[in-house]
Amino acid sequence: MENNNVIEIKNLNKWYGDFHVLKDINFEVKKGEIIVVCGPSGSGKSTLIRCINYLEQFQEGTITVDGIQVVDDIKKIKALREDVAMVFQHFNLFPHLSIVDNLTLSPIWVKKQPKKDAIATAMKFLDRVGIAEQADKYPNQLSGGQQQRVAIARSLCKNPNIMLFDEPTSALDPEMVSEVLDVMVELAKEGRTMICVTHEMGFAKKVADRVIFMDAGQIVEENTPDKFFDNPESDRLKLFLDQILSH
Amino acid sequence: MAVYEEKQTLEAPSSTKGFIHWAKENLFSTPLNTLMTFAGIGILYYIIPPFLQWAYFDANFAGTTKEQCTGDGACWIFIKMKIDLFMYGFYPQEELWRLKTIVMLFIAMIIGLRFIKKGSIKFLIITFFFILSLILVTGGIFGLEYVATDRWGGLMLTIIVASVGIVFSFPIGIIVAFGRQSNLPIIRSVCVTYVEMIRGVPLITILFMSSVILPLFFPEGISFDKLLRALIGITLFQAAYVAENIRGGLQAIPKGQYEAADAIGLSYWQKMLLVILPQALKVAIPNLVGAFISLFQDTTLVLIIGLFDLLSTVTIAAADSNWLGMETEGYVFVTAIFWAFCYGMSRYSNKLEKQFDTNLK
Amino acid sequence: MMRALRNQKVRGILFQILTILGLIAFLWYIGSNTMTNIEQRGIRTGFDFLNSTAGFSIDETPIEFSSTDTHGRVFLVGLSNTLIITFFGIILSTILGLIIGVLRLSNNWIIKKLAATYIDIFRNIPILLQILFWYNVVLSSLPSPKQSIDFLGSIFINNRGLYIPTPELNSTTISVLLGLAATVIGAIFLNKWANKRQEKTGQDFPVVLAVLGAIIIVPIIAYFIGGANFNFDYPKLGGFNFSGGKVISPEFLALTFALVIYTATFIAEAVRSGIEAVSKGQKEAAASIGLSSYQALKLVVLPQAIRIAIPPVINQYLNLAKNSSLAAAIGYPEIVTVFAGTSLNQTGQAIEILAITMLVYLTISLVVSAILNWFNHKMKTKER
Repeated sequence: MENNNVIEIKNLNKWYGDFHVLKDINFEVKKGEIIVVCGPSGSGKSTLIRCINYLEQFQEGTITVDGIQVVDDIKKIKALREDVAMVFQHFNLFPHLSIVDNLTLSPIWVKKQPKKDAIATAMKFLDRVGIAEQADKYPNQLSGGQQQRVAIARSLCKNPNIMLFDEPTSALDPEMVSEVLDVMVELAKEGRTMICVTHEMGFAKKVADRVIFMDAGQIVEENTPDKFFDNPESDRLKLFLDQILSH
Repeated sequence: MAVYEEKQTLEAPSSTKGFIHWAKENLFSTPLNTLMTFAGIGILYYIIPPFLQWAYFDANFAGTTKEQCTGDGACWIFIKMKIDLFMYGFYPQEELWRLKTIVMLFIAMIIGLRFIKKGSIKFLIITFFFILSLILVTGGIFGLEYVATDRWGGLMLTIIVASVGIVFSFPIGIIVAFGRQSNLPIIRSVCVTYVEMIRGVPLITILFMSSVILPLFFPEGISFDKLLRALIGITLFQAAYVAENIRGGLQAIPKGQYEAADAIGLSYWQKMLLVILPQALKVAIPNLVGAFISLFQDTTLVLIIGLFDLLSTVTIAAADSNWLGMETEGYVFVTAIFWAFCYGMSRYSNKLEKQFDTNLK
Repeated sequence: MMRALRNQKVRGILFQILTILGLIAFLWYIGSNTMTNIEQRGIRTGFDFLNSTAGFSIDETPIEFSSTDTHGRVFLVGLSNTLIITFFGIILSTILGLIIGVLRLSNNWIIKKLAATYIDIFRNIPILLQILFWYNVVLSSLPSPKQSIDFLGSIFINNRGLYIPTPELNSTTISVLLGLAATVIGAIFLNKWANKRQEKTGQDFPVVLAVLGAIIIVPIIAYFIGGANFNFDYPKLGGFNFSGGKVISPEFLALTFALVIYTATFIAEAVRSGIEAVSKGQKEAAASIGLSSYQALKLVVLPQAIRIAIPPVINQYLNLAKNSSLAAAIGYPEIVTVFAGTSLNQTGQAIEILAITMLVYLTISLVVSAILNWFNHKMKTKER
């Protein structure tokens, strides 16, 4: 793996049955980079980031994350998932566990940490995202924005090097989007590698190092945020920006 | 612009509330309705007074012999005299204290469990109680007289069969439900075949199979207690239904839960036991209680293969030459017991359903 | 090698191979023990027993049977009795279940509570107990043949059974039966014609009334056309018992009553949830577009209610078929009692007999599943 690259994707191809969903993706991410991926629905952007932590399998090509090859190997997958955290569109908190239990589940059972330490870490991160006082409540007692912040805290508990965000604010009511984006902006400033699939252009302009546009399974254009939004080169990107910015 | 005065909160006019109004709405609103009301009252009048007359007013409660049943009504003396048979089957008189101890312990446990919060301790206590009951009932160690299973009978046997059935069918059902969801084709086919075959046949054929064919499967030396064969049959039968109910629960879990569990690094079993199963069980509990109620009713089938459950004690008791013709009292008594248990359980299930509805919003 | 073991696909295949090996080993163990045990106990194997003489007689035989007939014929007798009781059970429990289910939703408080109480009582008493209750308490308290209760001098009920007169199979009966069949077929065509006419001209045709009327009038006309002579064979008391006519045994009666009453509670609940599931909004919408309550029922509520109620109801039919096996407790000669009961005791060939019996029920199950699947498929394609 080249010096600074923390993720290397080479000639990635994926099919769902007969449908060619990812077409020859080639893509590198340096350590500490913030990448925003956007594109119309069905473009394969969610599928792409799900391949990175092996939630989706792929037929051709290679993905290397922090030196670990992403292949069908239990040991490697385990190491991979300790290094890469994911925040989902629908939060996916565990409804039958309290907030703090949601966070300590993995440290206790996977990393075998003693319960006290796990709880201390959990409370630290809950505080970080601003909901320490909700620790003993249950997910269904929290608003969408609060739940998503808990989900982010859950990811932070394993101190991952890389964080993946799959449309983290798309399922939120408008007034709650900013509380989640604020947390994400702060995380970005701490130097983590982040890949976000999102339509939130304000966020992209604020923190992204690169913005990538995907359409119909391939990367169409990639650039710094300023050039991306103010000077789109390809026609498809121009069309897409027109559509989302006209609200 | 207009500003309005605040209005007083008044009571509803008397002609729209109260019993008279309710009766008008619900009993006498139309001619047809009035007719139905009278028909309903007629049915009740036809059934209830004669039954009460037989069961209470004309019935005999005091005494010890059949001759003392002088009235036209029910001879409850019969039940009184035969109560040990109904409750405990042929269990030796001198050892009945052991069974009564179990009942006491059970009540104490139910009360005591309310004060214990931690789930794992609750589990330990219940397991301990289970093992202790088994030892007390069977005997043979700790100085307790051994009581063979062919002397077990009555309500006690019914409860034993039902409890063992539910306890052992549960883990088997969980494993089969997981297997049915698996994407390994062999595992899935085996589980599907098992479930569909059991659900397609009546319980009586499974009981025949386990009581006649099961002994053939094992070498000559190993003998199978009759009760054990029935328990195996009932457990395997019930496990299929439990598996289906749990599968229903599993299907209600969104894919995202599986993904989140994977993403935080849980292994397959950690994922299933810590994240998926608790949620699936919550959804499936009403159906599971329904399955338990069915199981409780199904225990009566063991009388067909020669075990002496509560239902069979009616025939046995009524066959006593001192008490001929008492079948009706026997059946009414046993019906009341079964009905009380089953109705109680279904009310409990309704309560649970309401609880979980509000929890999992 | 170790790396291969960490591959999930490899682990999956390995696990499955182990499972198959385990199963084979288990079956081998059972199989060889069974072979030894069978030999030692002198039990015969194979299906030849189906051709050997049964040596016992059966009381209720819809097809001819005598003690010199084979076990194979015993199977057929049992099977036909199972099917007969299932058939009548399904029809009667559906009618009763429909009635109770609708009454359960009545506006009249007393009727509603009575229906609910019926359901709460009979659902919570084991079916076997209900069967035994009917058999041992109700039917055995009927009088002896000499003191039978009689209706119109031609129908008698006593502790040996229900005796009814049967019509001879002559021109009158054939004519009436044909008339009934014609009415049913006619009703189907009438419905189709009425729907087409309504689509073209908008005129409504009272199909239900017409059919009800036809069901009464047509057989009467057919009766007269056929010679107006049923020539009933009446049951007559001779000596200690009745001869002539047809006797329906107490076993059949007890089993039918119990099965119908028990199954009707579940069907009633299914009907109720079907109707309740059609949300109030539907009924309000129907009213607001001007449909009468009868039209609303026919066009909006019932179609949706039936769609929801049918799968659980069909499931109950299957349960009724399976519960008929409890006849073994009172000796009604259906398949479990005579074939898996008496024949099994006589021949000792438990494995073959139970396999055949279970196969029969599995087939019934499969047929019911197929019907359900077809139904669900039809409903899915309608609901776009």
